Amino acid sequence: MHELPQNLANGLMLGLMYGLIAIGYTMVYGIVQLINFAHGEIFMIGGFGALTAYAALPQGTSLWLALPVMILGGVLASVLTATAAERFAYRPLRGAPRLAPLITAIGLSIALQQVVWAFYPDGKKALSFPQFAGDPIGLGAFHLQRNDLFLLAAAPLCMLVLATFVRLTRTGRAMQATAQDPDTAKLMGVDTDRIIVIAFALGAAFAAVAAVAHGLRYGQVDFTMGFLAGLKAFTAAVLGGIGNIYGAMLGGLVLGIAESLATAYIQDVPGMHQLGGGAWANVWAFVLLIVVLLVRPQGLLGQRVADRV
Amino acid sequence: MRKSSLLVVAVAVTGALTLSACGSRGGSGSGSDNAGSKTGGTTKVVVGVDSPTSGGLSALGLGIRNSVELATKIANEKNYVPGVTFSIEAKDDQANPTTGKQNATALVDSKDVVGVVGPLNSSVSQTMQKVFDDGKLAQVSPSNTNPELSLGAKWGDNQFVRQYKSYFRTATTDVVQGKFAAQYLYNDAKKTKVYVIDDKKTYGAGLAAIFADEFKKLGGTVVGSDHINPGDKDFSAVATKVASSGADSVYYGGEYPDAGPLSDQLKKGGAKVPLFGGDGIYDPEFVKLANGNGEGDLATSVGVPVEELDTAKEFVANYAKAGYKDAYAAYGGYSYDAAWSIIEAVKAAVDHNGGKVPADLRTKVLDELGKVKFTGVTGPVSFDQYGDTTNKQLTVYSVQGGAWKKVKSGTYSG
Repeated sequence: MHELPQNLANGLMLGLMYGLIAIGYTMVYGIVQLINFAHGEIFMIGGFGALTAYAALPQGTSLWLALPVMILGGVLASVLTATAAERFAYRPLRGAPRLAPLITAIGLSIALQQVVWAFYPDGKKALSFPQFAGDPIGLGAFHLQRNDLFLLAAAPLCMLVLATFVRLTRTGRAMQATAQDPDTAKLMGVDTDRIIVIAFALGAAFAAVAAVAHGLRYGQVDFTMGFLAGLKAFTAAVLGGIGNIYGAMLGGLVLGIAESLATAYIQDVPGMHQLGGGAWANVWAFVLLIVVLLVRPQGLLGQRVADRV
Repeated sequence: MRKSSLLVVAVAVTGALTLSACGSRGGSGSGSDNAGSKTGGTTKVVVGVDSPTSGGLSALGLGIRNSVELATKIANEKNYVPGVTFSIEAKDDQANPTTGKQNATALVDSKDVVGVVGPLNSSVSQTMQKVFDDGKLAQVSPSNTNPELSLGAKWGDNQFVRQYKSYFRTATTDVVQGKFAAQYLYNDAKKTKVYVIDDKKTYGAGLAAIFADEFKKLGGTVVGSDHINPGDKDFSAVATKVASSGADSVYYGGEYPDAGPLSDQLKKGGAKVPLFGGDGIYDPEFVKLANGNGEGDLATSVGVPVEELDTAKEFVANYAKAGYKDAYAAYGGYSYDAAWSIIEAVKAAVDHNGGKVPADLRTKVLDELGKVKFTGVTGPVSFDQYGDTTNKQLTVYSVQGGAWKKVKSGTYSG
């Protein structure tokens, strides 16, 4: 068990990333009750946006200088995609039975993948993402990748910004009102269409930050990376209680750490040798989801909501 | 609708999507139209190609397709088989066994196709073999290395049974490759503690098992083993295990789209040991995906480097002259030889028919293919009684200065 701190650190990183993506699922669900399955692809497009921004910079630009531009590029790409998706794919279906937008979301997810696959130069294969050079930073029993420092700093910062925004600004309060009851909020003068767009855009921006972190951590982006990351983030959102932004982060962390520990230790449990190891990480992640939903269907921080319809 | 039931639907959809993974992707290039066999006094003969020309393995797949096309072009230029004009019909299998099977069916149905080069992946070949065999259509893979494809399921117990009469390959098998790798790692690189990882696919798992077996026989220790999912991005847990296992090397059975990131994450995770793999990781993309952490990593590949062979000079020059956008990659030479073996078989069939193209060219090609013998790009080309190549040359490569460099070539002898 001496590698426990290392495995916890691995899980923490994974969890922060899931959490950042999960916020997008949770906010959109909280406001329009739509599970935006294309959110994983919005995350992926953030990665490509950041890479494009990096490629546009003069060669040899230090990554420290390039990073803000890359974040901006990623956020721009993600937000534009998400708001366009909201405007052209989801808004026309508002008021339609809920399965319709769900299926649209799945279709959109595949379409976005294909667009990157077909039109991004060399998009058919994995593309290298710029990296901070240097050895991992050793801290006693475990070490930390230099590239992970970004995620470690960015995730709490994003959460802080979001929490402040939702609590203290007018728009943030309007968001809460819309989430509680869109019709009444509208009667009170809240421009719900605008609020919905903002929810999509905010979620996309966080997904783009996660994509930059993903690129730095794994050294590559590719057109399929949104698929599994999106599913895991959705799982994290459900785990934490979909609709609750703190729940999304908590769900991400729980999922990431559980996945990491399961990969590391389940195969040491007597009789479980065949069920452990890296190949089983996804299985245990979804087993965890099912168990939590059985015990606490509303998720860890979710509240029982009375049926509105 | 109740909120909870929506959640149930969502979870079900999640599951379904996970199972179907990335699914299939449509679209396949076709190199020829199939209208009319006879054009202006010459008979049109089509060589089919099946390889992944999109997706993660497209670098290898495009190299295969281009090399086969080059072979048919050269045969036409030389008027190698008088009265016959060659062309290709290329299919994209996206490294997906299901798509491969559909392609195989389409190629069998395409009446001018007399032989097929491909596929790249052993797992794809598994679904295609029977379709080709039923259609009496010869298949020559330039790169399948899984022993079962030619020797049957019990090859591990030395009970060799030829699976399909229509199956041939110009690449040597993983029995040879895995053992060769173990011998190199233990005897030459002096490593004794290896951590074995594979991707659970036909090729990767088979290769890793053969390697581990031979490594233990030689006296080495397998200090741990793990599996990963192809397409996963996070290998940090595996890296942690390797780092704490005290391994002095890692053997990976799989392909470069996962091997590159795995090598990168192993080193970032503190396991500063070389990663060793088979021909599936021997590709420039591996070095790119390892982000500079691939230095010192090793790979075996079938044959010897095409650039070093006198027999390949013409191929390399012709390939450059043809102006293909993509490199011929690891299997270009083998693909060219595979295509050429079909061309030789067509020639033999025509010769044995008094200079005329026989009506049942497809079955005739199948009969002649086992007997072809010529000097190809990769050296002497011929097939043994199982359809396997008689050429058992292998080479170990290492990443040095950001590119694969040859370390040692040899002929496996047991």
